Amino acid sequence: MLKGHQSWIFEKKPVIRAAATVVGPFEGQGPLSNDFDIVHGDLMAGQDSWEKAERTLMEEAGKLAIENAGLTKEQVNFYIGGDLMNQIISTSFAARTLTIPYIGVFGACSTSMESLALAAMIVNSGSAQFALAGACSHNASAEKQFRYPTEYGSQKPPTAQFTVTGAGACVLSQEGQGLHVTSATIGRIVDMGIKDPFNMGAAMAPAAVDTIEAHFRDMQLEPGYYDLIVTGDLSKIGYAIANDLFNKHKFPIEQTQYQDCGMLIYDYQKQQVQAGASGCACSAVVTYGHLLKRMRKGELRRILVVATGALLSPISYQQGESIPCIAHAVSIEGEVEPK
Amino acid sequence: MIFLWAFLLGGLICVIGQICFDVFKMTPAHTMTSLVVLGAVLDGLGLYDPLIKFAGAGASVPITSFGNSLVHGALQELRSDGWIGAITGIFEVTSAGISAAIIFSFLAAVLVRPKG
Amino acid sequence: MPNNKKKKLTPVQQEYQQLAKKREPSRPVFANCLRAFLVGGIICVIGQGIQEMFVHWAGFDEKKASSPTVAVLIILSIVLTSFGIYDKIGQWAGAGSAVPVTGFANSMSSAAIEHRSEGLVYGVGAKMFKIAGPVIVFGTVAAFIIALLHMIFNPDIVGGS
Repeated sequence: MLKGHQSWIFEKKPVIRAAATVVGPFEGQGPLSNDFDIVHGDLMAGQDSWEKAERTLMEEAGKLAIENAGLTKEQVNFYIGGDLMNQIISTSFAARTLTIPYIGVFGACSTSMESLALAAMIVNSGSAQFALAGACSHNASAEKQFRYPTEYGSQKPPTAQFTVTGAGACVLSQEGQGLHVTSATIGRIVDMGIKDPFNMGAAMAPAAVDTIEAHFRDMQLEPGYYDLIVTGDLSKIGYAIANDLFNKHKFPIEQTQYQDCGMLIYDYQKQQVQAGASGCACSAVVTYGHLLKRMRKGELRRILVVATGALLSPISYQQGESIPCIAHAVSIEGEVEPK
Repeated sequence: MIFLWAFLLGGLICVIGQICFDVFKMTPAHTMTSLVVLGAVLDGLGLYDPLIKFAGAGASVPITSFGNSLVHGALQELRSDGWIGAITGIFEVTSAGISAAIIFSFLAAVLVRPKG
Repeated sequence: MPNNKKKKLTPVQQEYQQLAKKREPSRPVFANCLRAFLVGGIICVIGQGIQEMFVHWAGFDEKKASSPTVAVLIILSIVLTSFGIYDKIGQWAGAGSAVPVTGFANSMSSAAIEHRSEGLVYGVGAKMFKIAGPVIVFGTVAAFIIALLHMIFNPDIVGGS
């Protein structure tokens, strides 16, 4: 149901029946490694190209999520997902393997929450019994497509971010107990004229702030309603800027805890990731792995995940265009009282 | 002594490249391209040979020397073969570098996989 | 960014960019330059060493020795690239490992290795010059223009029959 200008309330409260996360070796060395279901020791995941490796991660995450939900893939009505590759090949090829009716979406790194919001809406409307939402990214395939060959000795500036290798998926169902997807806010494109593809945090921060403020305006809530608000992959610089913007707009973010997925997944001291993490998988694995686990343990009751995406392509950058950015927010809430 | 000059001049040219990266925010490809053109212009003015004489590998190893060699080849054939040398001579001197890079890059691509 | 591009920005964008600029960590220019100087210098010293070897043991003269020297450096660089070491050096050394001819070889071999999965022709063959291509193109065009200028301003040097 539409609420306010750009938000949906899911009054049937679709249930997150199960989730699964698969990551690469570098993420496995990070502080959240225990929260992931599968940690690959091999960046190629046993395949012979980065693209196939990324697809494999997505297939594994999807299959595992369905398995954890106690379902078979025939029972899942729709699979909604996307990734960073041209023509979202990783997700589409994973959908070929999963053979679930498929809706491909692209929102760059915001795809994780874009797909979850759409899956929740489909389930909420009664158009599906079960829906699978997922997103994936791979450090090497992203470097190859957006930057330089992985073996090329270029120096990354301190504003650069490290694309997460991994995939996250979750199964939503109409009925059941557990965590619920309660609302979503679809963001609009915000472009502040930033052109530096090595400073995506700064490009995306205004989009995240715009969507967060829209969410609370539409829902007529205060930030204190949530135990935690996380942005997708702003990383150090974007996170600092987002805080500045909240201050400037006198938005009471201090009522709640505000974090960024891009700052949680790696250890800044031990791992060389410059400003932090990015990629579709960043918000996907942190949310579906780390945050859902914390919610199940009862450490968090209500969270708002705001996945941020930089919608640039290597061509648009070379043609001198600035970076259009977007953010989508999805709220996940714990156990509601039995009816 | 030539080793010291090679170190100093080679290092200095790399610092110019680093300044292009960090201060002018140029991409690696833009930086390398500029340095090659710089090397070509210096040789066109007859200034690169003295550098090589003075600092040896300090001038002949950085990418600027690639520009220098291209011009050198062109001018050399211009002298010996006439105007057509401006076209035929360009790759005369740089053959070793380009050929080696192509051949061994190809072999590497056939033999190894990217490590990430 | 040049100023004429800044002018196209709306006041809101300009204000935001000023705010964002404050949070952007400055690049460690001095440390980077120092490291580039050291690594670049060392690579040139190695080059000088190889050149001396060619002069002393293989009987090349100073001028002729530079071609095989460059070839040896290129092979060394491609071996390091193949083992996945050159990109690690590059993150530390910046231009120090990018500007010497070894960086040129790294740009070609890394692209060739990376795009092997798209086949030998369109992958290795075509993508090898992804980063090195512009260097060759601009070097060649510059060399041609300089040769032309020499022909115009110093017609005496044009030899041949």
